[in-house]
Amino acid sequence: MMREMTGAEMVMQALIDQGVEHMFGYPGGAVLPIYDAMFHQNQVKHVLVRHEQGAVHMAEGYARSSGKAGVVLVTSGPGATNAVTGLTDALLDSIPVVCITGQVPTHLIGSDAFQECDTVGITRPCTKHNYLVRDVNDLARVLHEAFYVAQNGRPGPVVVDIPKDVQFAKGIYVGPENIQHKTYQPKLRGDDEKIRAAVELLAKAKKPIFYTGGGVINSGPEASRLLREFARLSGYPVTSTLMGLGAYPASDKQWLGMLGMHGTYEANMAMHDCDVMLCVGARFDDRITGRLDAFSPGSKKIHIDIDPSSINKNVKVDIPIIGDVKHVLEDMLTTWRGMKAEPDRRAIASWWGEIDRWRARKSLSYAKSPDVIKPQYAIERLYHAVKDKDVYITTEVGQHQMWAAQHFHFEEPNRWMTSGGLGTMGYGLPAAIGAQVAHPESLVIDIAGEASIQMCLQELSTALQFNLPVKIFVLNNEYMGMVRQWQDLLHGGRYSHSYSESLPDFVKLAEAYGGVGIRCSRPGDLDAAIQEMLKADRPVLFDCIVDQKENCLPMIPSGKPHNEMILPDHPEGLDEAISEEGKIMV
Amino acid sequence: MPPINNEPAERHTLSLLVDNEPGVLARIVGLFSGRGYNIDSLTVSEVSHDSRRSRITVVTTGAPMIIEQIKSQLDRLVPVHRVVDLTVTGKAVERELALIKVRGKGEIRQEALLIADSFRARTVDTTLESFVFEITGKPEKIDQFVSLLEPLGLVEVSRTGVAAIGRGPDSM
Repeated sequence: MMREMTGAEMVMQALIDQGVEHMFGYPGGAVLPIYDAMFHQNQVKHVLVRHEQGAVHMAEGYARSSGKAGVVLVTSGPGATNAVTGLTDALLDSIPVVCITGQVPTHLIGSDAFQECDTVGITRPCTKHNYLVRDVNDLARVLHEAFYVAQNGRPGPVVVDIPKDVQFAKGIYVGPENIQHKTYQPKLRGDDEKIRAAVELLAKAKKPIFYTGGGVINSGPEASRLLREFARLSGYPVTSTLMGLGAYPASDKQWLGMLGMHGTYEANMAMHDCDVMLCVGARFDDRITGRLDAFSPGSKKIHIDIDPSSINKNVKVDIPIIGDVKHVLEDMLTTWRGMKAEPDRRAIASWWGEIDRWRARKSLSYAKSPDVIKPQYAIERLYHAVKDKDVYITTEVGQHQMWAAQHFHFEEPNRWMTSGGLGTMGYGLPAAIGAQVAHPESLVIDIAGEASIQMCLQELSTALQFNLPVKIFVLNNEYMGMVRQWQDLLHGGRYSHSYSESLPDFVKLAEAYGGVGIRCSRPGDLDAAIQEMLKADRPVLFDCIVDQKENCLPMIPSGKPHNEMILPDHPEGLDEAISEEGKIMV
Repeated sequence: MPPINNEPAERHTLSLLVDNEPGVLARIVGLFSGRGYNIDSLTVSEVSHDSRRSRITVVTTGAPMIIEQIKSQLDRLVPVHRVVDLTVTGKAVERELALIKVRGKGEIRQEALLIADSFRARTVDTTLESFVFEITGKPEKIDQFVSLLEPLGLVEVSRTGVAAIGRGPDSM
C-alpha cells in the first residue's frame, strides 16, 4: 500500500498496520500532530498515563503478558528523559517495546530549543536500536523496521524520534509488507552438530539440570511446551531464573524452584553439583551464579541463546548453541528421539535422591506467628486465594519481590512480570495496568512494598480513568526491606535512611483516587480481607501490615558460591556472612 | 574476588562494515566506553557511496574472552553488517599514516632529513627552520621514527590510526 499522507498520519497508519490495539502515552508540544491524527481514528486505543516512566512499564507489562510489542508515545525533552528508566528496564529484561518520541523541528535541533534534548544520544545505550527520522519519506519504513527490530532476535526497546516538522510534512506511506531489515536477521535454528553433541552429552549425564530463563518465555508458549516435553522425556530436574518463572509448571515434581541469590537450596545445590547443565535462554547473571570462580565447578555446560554476546560473557561454556529456544528445543527433541537416547535411569534416580535430601531442608520455611502477619504467609494466602483464577502477577522490587517469586507459584508462561535485570522500584503498578489492558477480564495483582509502590503510585489515577481494576497488594513493613537486610549484612545493622518515614494512610490514599482501600494487620483476618479485595470491581490498594523485621531467606551472600547459602533454620551470623571481597558486590 | 579470566591480554585488529548512518560511530564508541573495553586505535571512512557503507578499523586489547565478547557485542548492533577479526583470520596488511613536524637548524636539521630518508618518509612541507614528514607503515615503524626524531626538534605528530585489510583475493 502506497499513498500520500502526513508524518503524523503515517504513525497512526503504521501502528494500525502493525496490528497495534493499545498504546500508552502522554501528549506534549512535540507530539501534538500525532495526537491529532489519533483523534481521527478509533482502531488504536490510547491509555493516558500520569508519568512517562509509567507508560513504558505499562508497555512492558502489556508485552510480557501478551507476547505482543508494547507501544509508547511521549513528547520531546522531559517526555523522552522520563521514559529512559523504562527503556533501560526493557533492554535488560529483553522486552519488545516501540517508543515514539516527539522532537523539536529539524531546523531547531541543536539550538537548545524549548523541550529539546538529544533523545537518540541519551537513549542509544538503553535501547536495542534507535532512529531519528529527518525525512518524512523514511518514516513509514523506519516505523515498520522498529517493530521488526523490537520483536525479532533478542527482543528489546526501540526508539523512533520524530521532529515536529516531519509529523506535519507530507510523504509517501508504505505498508509493512516487504519491509525486512537489510542486515538484522538473527539466526533461529541452532547448529546441527552442536545440537547433536549437546544431546549426546545430556543423554550420558548422571547429574543433569535444566537451568531455564526469560528466553523461554520470550520464545513463545511453544517453547515452554517443548521444555516440558523435554523434561518429561528425560526425567531431569528443572530450575529457573526470576525471569523464567512459569515456563515450567511449579506444581510438577521435577521443579526445583527458582535458583540464585534467593533461590531454593535444592536448586542451588543441584546447580553446584551437577555434571551437565543445560542453560536455556538464561544469561549467567550475577544474581544466578554467585561467586563466579566457584560456579558449578564440575559441570559441562550447554548454553542456548539467541544473542551470541550472551555466550561466554560471564561463564565459559562447553557447547554454545546460538538460536531461538523454540527452534533449538524442537531440534534437540527430534535428535534425542532419533538417537533413541536413554538416560542413565540408575544415576538419575540417585541424583534425585540427593536432590530430595536438599529439598528436605525446606529452605523456604519460616516461623509462623499468630499475632503478626509474616510476609511469606501473606503471599501464601494470596496464592491460595487466587491460584485457580485467571491471574497475572507483577511486582515492584525488593524483599516482597523475592517472597513473591518464592511463595507464589506459576503454572504457565507470561503470567509473571517483574523487573529482573534493572531492578526498577515502581515497575509493578504500571506493569499491572499494562497487563490488565491486555487482559481486561483477568485478575491482575501487583505484589508491592510500601516503599516501591510510592515510586509510580500516580498511575493509580490511570487505572481509575480506564476502569482497570488492578489489585495492589502492599507488604507494608515500614522499611525498604532489602536495603535494611543488606545493612544488616554489611553495615552492622545501622539502618541509614531505610526506614519508611511519614508513610501515607494507604486506605485513605486509595479512596482519594477513587479506588478501594483495605488494611489488614492480623493473620486471622487475612483470608477474609483478601476475599474482600478480590470482590472489588475497582482498583484496590491493600495495605498488608507485616512483620517489620523479617529478612528474605534463603540467601547466597554476595561473593559466595551456591553451596554456601544462609538457610532460614540457621539465620544467625547474617552480619558475618559476607567477606571483605564480597562487600563490594551489590 | 579472583578475576575469572586471567589469560594475558592480546592485541586484535577488527574490521567492521557498517551502515553509514548518523550516530553509527557514536554507537560503536559508546559500546566500548560503556562496557569498559579499550580502543587503541580507530579509523572510519565511507568505502561505498552507493550502498552507504563505511568501514571501521578498531585496534583493541583484552583477554581472549573479552575480545570474543567485543566482537559479539559489535555484531549485534543493528547497523553493523560484518565484524572480522583480522588478527585471527591471518596476517593482515596494517598501515598507518603519520604527519610529523620537526623544527631546527644546522646539523639537527640535516640529521632529521637523513633519518626521514632512511624511513622512506616524504617531506611534504619545508621552511627554513622546519619540516613536515609524511610516513606510512606499520604502527611500530612510525613509533620508532617518532622516537628517533624526538631529540631532533620534534614539534608535533598527527597519526591516522590503523587501516587494515586481509591478504589474498577474498573480501572481508
